[in-house]
Amino acid sequence: MTAPAGPAVTPSTTGELPRARTKSNRRNAELGLLALSMTVIAIYSATIEINMVDTVRLDFWIPTASLAAVFFGLHLVIRFRAPYADPVLLPMVALLNGIGVTFLRRLDLARVEPAERVEYPVFAGTGGRQLAWTLLSVMLAAVLLLALKDHRVISRYAYTLGLTGIVLVMIPAVLPRSYSEINGAKLWIRIGGFSIQPGEFAKLALLSFFAYYLVRKREVLSLASRRFLGIDFPRGRDLGPVLLVWALSLLVLIFEKDLGTSLLYFGMFVATLYIATERVSWLIIGLLLFFGGALLAYVLGGTIGGPFANFYQRAEVWLDPFADPYQDGFQLVQGLLGLGTGGLFGAGPGGGQPHIVPEVHNDFIFSGLGEEIGLFGLTALLLVYLLVVERGLRAGITVRDSFGKLLAGGLAFTLGLQVFVIVGGVTGLIPLTGQTTPFLSAGGSSLMANWLLIALLLRISDAAGQPLVAGSTIRPPGAPAPQPAKLHGAPTEVIRP
Amino acid sequence: MNAPLRRTGIVVMILFGLLFAKLNWVQAYKAEEYRTSDYNGRVQIAEYERKRGNIEVGGQALAVSKATDGELKYLRTYPKKGLYAHILGYKPVNGTATGIEKIEDEYLAGSSDQLFADRVRSLFAGEEPAGGNVLLTISRRAQETAYRELSDNQVGATKGAAVALDPRTGAVQALVSIPSFDPNPLSSHDTKAAAAAYKKLEADRNEPLKNRALSETFPPGSTFKVIVAAAALEHGLSKGSLIPAGPSYTAPTAGTPIRNAHPTICPEPQVTLIEALTESCNTGFARLAVSFGAAELKEKARAFGFEDEGLTVGRLNGDGLPVAASRTGDIQNPDGSEDKAALAQSAIGQNNVRMTPLQGALIAAAVANGGVQMRPYLVQQLLGPDRTTNHYTAAPRELRRPISSQVARDLRDMMVSVVERGTGTNARINGYTVGGKTGTAQAGEGEAEHGWFIGFVLKDGQPISAVAVVLESAGPGGSPEAARIAGQIMRAVIADRGGR
Repeated sequence: MTAPAGPAVTPSTTGELPRARTKSNRRNAELGLLALSMTVIAIYSATIEINMVDTVRLDFWIPTASLAAVFFGLHLVIRFRAPYADPVLLPMVALLNGIGVTFLRRLDLARVEPAERVEYPVFAGTGGRQLAWTLLSVMLAAVLLLALKDHRVISRYAYTLGLTGIVLVMIPAVLPRSYSEINGAKLWIRIGGFSIQPGEFAKLALLSFFAYYLVRKREVLSLASRRFLGIDFPRGRDLGPVLLVWALSLLVLIFEKDLGTSLLYFGMFVATLYIATERVSWLIIGLLLFFGGALLAYVLGGTIGGPFANFYQRAEVWLDPFADPYQDGFQLVQGLLGLGTGGLFGAGPGGGQPHIVPEVHNDFIFSGLGEEIGLFGLTALLLVYLLVVERGLRAGITVRDSFGKLLAGGLAFTLGLQVFVIVGGVTGLIPLTGQTTPFLSAGGSSLMANWLLIALLLRISDAAGQPLVAGSTIRPPGAPAPQPAKLHGAPTEVIRP
Repeated sequence: MNAPLRRTGIVVMILFGLLFAKLNWVQAYKAEEYRTSDYNGRVQIAEYERKRGNIEVGGQALAVSKATDGELKYLRTYPKKGLYAHILGYKPVNGTATGIEKIEDEYLAGSSDQLFADRVRSLFAGEEPAGGNVLLTISRRAQETAYRELSDNQVGATKGAAVALDPRTGAVQALVSIPSFDPNPLSSHDTKAAAAAYKKLEADRNEPLKNRALSETFPPGSTFKVIVAAAALEHGLSKGSLIPAGPSYTAPTAGTPIRNAHPTICPEPQVTLIEALTESCNTGFARLAVSFGAAELKEKARAFGFEDEGLTVGRLNGDGLPVAASRTGDIQNPDGSEDKAALAQSAIGQNNVRMTPLQGALIAAAVANGGVQMRPYLVQQLLGPDRTTNHYTAAPRELRRPISSQVARDLRDMMVSVVERGTGTNARINGYTVGGKTGTAQAGEGEAEHGWFIGFVLKDGQPISAVAVVLESAGPGGSPEAARIAGQIMRAVIADRGGR
């Protein structure tokens, strides 16, 4: 490590040391990885052209180049405004985003007669729109990075964000069906031909609030009242917030008819609660509450129907998709058959028929991709996601402030959980829910919200990677404790007894 | 907070591990099942990329794939509609094919191993590979005659079947089941319309989708007497031997008395065997069967092909259309001893005896062919996409020898006597030797009888065709009409072969 001015830090004081790497090293690594990602995208789109148009057109590289340009722009922003940020996040997310755009473009081509595909413009269709959304989202992420110099600033607006989050979650639930329902899930705000999914943004707002709230309350919530089976259980009166969020997520399940979002919010909350308090009991309580709620919804859906009918039907399809292969189970069955047809190696980019699966550009993009890139390709994609999530968690581990730890941990876990929920859904591991696949699915809301999530992780990882300078919050051994930097509401580490 | 963060990382890894495991399950373990699933439209699209081969008879294409503008590039059409429906079957977009379309599916689709070289060649030549062609043994004229005559039968039967075979080879010359159906709507690319058409056919009370010639069994009535006669001849009797007869016969134990169809039939106490068959003497054959027992009757029926559960009619070295097993049924008392009354009934093709029309034709064919029964088949030749490469030509195979040539000769004379001066005169053809046996089978209390005819035609001692015709619930006059239709089919076969 290039020692900055000031005494050397012994590992014992921090436990976690920033990587021994200079900032320019990191940025060059990022640029190299980004170039690699873009090469993969270019090869991927060229293969699609060969398979679908029978030739590689001269302008095939334009979408890839547009992507490369905007990612390079973000790279420059990071290089100058977050130089110590994790170098893996951007290239990996860029790879996923690029595959998404290119695959959506491939789906557009499938809708055109083979003879006319040569004429198909490069910026047209869902693929073109997704490309535009990508440019917008990445720019937004860059703006966030530029505007937000320290992630701890977010904690100042925690209550505003929390309220905004709840409002965003509630809007689709209270809106009339014609303005909020798509495919049986009331998750949208639809105005004219335009629709946004407020839940995607609510995720970020709520998480910021959770992180702030839990950092403040963690001492209280860690207090154990009684010990049962070797696990410390919290006091009854501390259960309030958990029950509140549980109720909120159940309301989402009932009124927005979406298990995925409900699971996501609740999982997000329980995970941050656990990270904040280090109490396994919260995990157990959370899991019991969730599965109890889901089971109850299933039973109620089977007996009285009503608002639970949608969930019941999805659970039934999950239990046996082939029971009703042309109606209720059609989408899942077609998705599974697509994955199966792809097999180990897939039909090759552009070589399959993913458009048979309904909603393949959206919820089912993973099975569409799986048909063409096979088990090996999907495994690689999962590993890319896993890498992003683990890098995010690593930022949480390395960053020094509790709020940052909790926020990074929560963001990274939420991303991973969302991938699990949707990929688990399309592969039949868990009941299918209407979640988007981060960075792959068509749709501006999801893309934008997830890029903002990445911007936050980049910001936190930059803070984590910054070398310790004199006057930092961690003092060298023997030195007198300096006055901690005053930050509004910023909590300090609490040593548990 | 670092410890729980690390544990969260492990939890995420476990979740992703579950995804990975499930993906392996779907994409590796279940891959084959999903790839070939009937619900998998991808297979169809890929299948319809290639021009499926023709199914042809005598140079005429009966199943043709025509180019379309849709996503599925070829539409399967059947220009002759209902005429060949039960032979060809149909190739639906959703679900599995039937008939020849099913059994030769791989060859027609061009995906069979035999066509591997063709696929490689077209890959290098840059052409679209095509499917192979299947040529059938059917005689166009015989099939058309059988279909027309069955449909327009003079006794008003709505259901029935006819089968004609070449006794020397086993090649199927005609195979008709009525009512028939038009396979074209079933192969429509509009899968909803196809499903609706299928539902309608399935709901039809007359069950047009059933192939009555192969997969349905009927009580054979007096046609079964040929088998009893064969057993009698093997017992040392000759066609001139006298057998006990009489106007009525009640089996030793109990049961309703067996009478003849008309009081003028064999009222005398004894008739010759040939006379008994010619007049279709019920009492004589019932007594004969009781005299040598159920085991022997069953054994003889088995020798002719009864109880055969594995017979198929298609390609001799491959798959075929399944044939239902014909049965002699239970001829026992509850305590296991022989039920003489049931045996007497079974001897005249009642009780629990059931026979497919194909089995009827096989019996006649064995008699005509000197006691040798050839394995029936429909596929004459497999012709490559280029129409010059021959991938298969049928090499006729013996199926079984139910009777000696001596017994066959006697039986033949007896059956010829039936057509020349007995119950089967409607089947006569000038200048040819025609033999056969009529049958009128009780279908059940208060239901109209089925009319049967099984027979054969010879020229100079050489068999030309063996035919079975059944008119379901035809009522009185059914069997003479069946004999007439059989005669027409045999004429058509002769005409198709240029009189030889």
